[in-house]
Amino acid sequence: MDIVIDGLSKSYGNQKAVDNISFEVRTGEIVGFLGPNGAGKTTTMRMITQYLSPDSGQITIGGKSTTRNNLRGNIGYLPEHNPLYDDMPVIEYLAFCGQLQGIARGNLDQRIREMVVMCGLNDEKHKKIGELSKGYRQRVGLAQAMIHDPAILILDEPTTGLDPNQRVEIRDLIKKLGVHKSVILCTHILPEVEATCDRILIINKGKIVANGTPEALRSHTSGKSFILVDIEGAPREVITQAIKSLPGVSSVGLSADHRLLEVECADGNQTARAIYKLCVGKEWMLLQLSPVEVRLEDIFRNVTMN
Amino acid sequence: MRESWIIAKKELNSFFDSLVAYILLVAFLGFSGFFTWLWGNDIFFHKQASLDIFFNVALWSLFFFIPAITMRQFAEEKKTGTIELLLTKKLSNHQLVIGKFLACLLLVAIALAFTIPYYVSVARLGNIDHGSTITGYLGLILMSSMYIAIGLLASSLTNNQIVAFLMALLIGVVFQFIFGSLGSSQSGWLGSILTDLSVPTHYESMSRGVIDTKDVLYFLSITFLGLMLTELNISKRS
Repeated sequence: MDIVIDGLSKSYGNQKAVDNISFEVRTGEIVGFLGPNGAGKTTTMRMITQYLSPDSGQITIGGKSTTRNNLRGNIGYLPEHNPLYDDMPVIEYLAFCGQLQGIARGNLDQRIREMVVMCGLNDEKHKKIGELSKGYRQRVGLAQAMIHDPAILILDEPTTGLDPNQRVEIRDLIKKLGVHKSVILCTHILPEVEATCDRILIINKGKIVANGTPEALRSHTSGKSFILVDIEGAPREVITQAIKSLPGVSSVGLSADHRLLEVECADGNQTARAIYKLCVGKEWMLLQLSPVEVRLEDIFRNVTMN
Repeated sequence: MRESWIIAKKELNSFFDSLVAYILLVAFLGFSGFFTWLWGNDIFFHKQASLDIFFNVALWSLFFFIPAITMRQFAEEKKTGTIELLLTKKLSNHQLVIGKFLACLLLVAIALAFTIPYYVSVARLGNIDHGSTITGYLGLILMSSMYIAIGLLASSLTNNQIVAFLMALLIGVVFQFIFGSLGSSQSGWLGSILTDLSVPTHYESMSRGVIDTKDVLYFLSITFLGLMLTELNISKRS
């Protein structure tokens, strides 16, 4: 089910939390929704889930507007901080959520069993939620979001509190589900976004500042490439000067550990070829020549800091 | 309605899971039983087979107990954030409020059901007026509905349970005493309006066996108003 968001705005008093944003999420797509704290992520999620109503703009889910229809049944939502009823046993809680989402009595037990297996809750299923560790609480939150097999999954920081193994499991699960569903994943863990998401949306101060695949964002936002080079056969200053004089190279510096040269250039491939030819011509030993990918952190900092 | 019933069942379960229900039942039955049968101006003192004494005591016990059961309904959901969980499911604000209301009313009804042995006992002792007993119970239910609606409204205004309790009690005091005493000290139309707004005016005639549409409408309209304002508050998502 597609989500289309058009010109969405929401203010709290004088403060604009979300400022005229538009984007789409299509079926079978996992979109990573990033942004600094207070950027408007949660407010946007709350408007999509119809918890808050927008001041202006349209949200269309599967062709229907959220202003006139209650479309919450199509959405599975894991809110920020994962609120749960601590005094309810896990199974009872899942049954409660399933009933509220309109699962027929006959299917309910089956769905609960599936969720318990899918989210790895089997050992803890009879405990009260208040007795569970943070990781298990998170799993219960995920299970309640998915119990009615919604076409849309909106997960606000789904892997906080999980250990690395659990993170990988949940990530794989999201990927698997993302094949048939529209998934919006809100998180601060950038490697997770890279590993899971098809597309990245970055929001800052209520506005969308980046929207595209990780690769597209890299080339678009940086416009520069970095190459790490290790050359033997001449003093470092001589080599630095020689590389600096190559066309397209804007600067040559030292890498973080001071062992390698870091070359900043406009086109990585072209400069790499030029460096190779330079070494051949001067009979220097080329020990290492590796392109550096712009990290997502850098893109994130780049678009949200100014 | 199905959604409201799911909420009501869950709330009722949590009353019994968290001991609230047991404490309320024991306290209500202990309190009303003690004053009805054992102490002071009790039922034997009247030399008449009637539950008037019980209805009077029940009115006062419920007046204090109802804010205690309604105080957590929305305040806690707001504090822990579970309200977001509920209202992003296939559940409207309206259904949520009705569900919570039903749960509280059912708990009060269960408490009142435990007093049916009082009725049976008095009926065996003498010639009880069945009509006025039934209208008395009806009056208690209607009055409880009204105070539950007020309690839910108070709970929807804050995320602090104590504040919700005190606020509900305060509004209750206005309906229970202030309107009545102001009404009797004023003359003319203002006095009669204030007297009409007072709970004892309407409750007493019902516990005497008179069903007046005016009384029923009074309780129902305040209940309705309270629930409507609660829903409005919830929809504001403050």
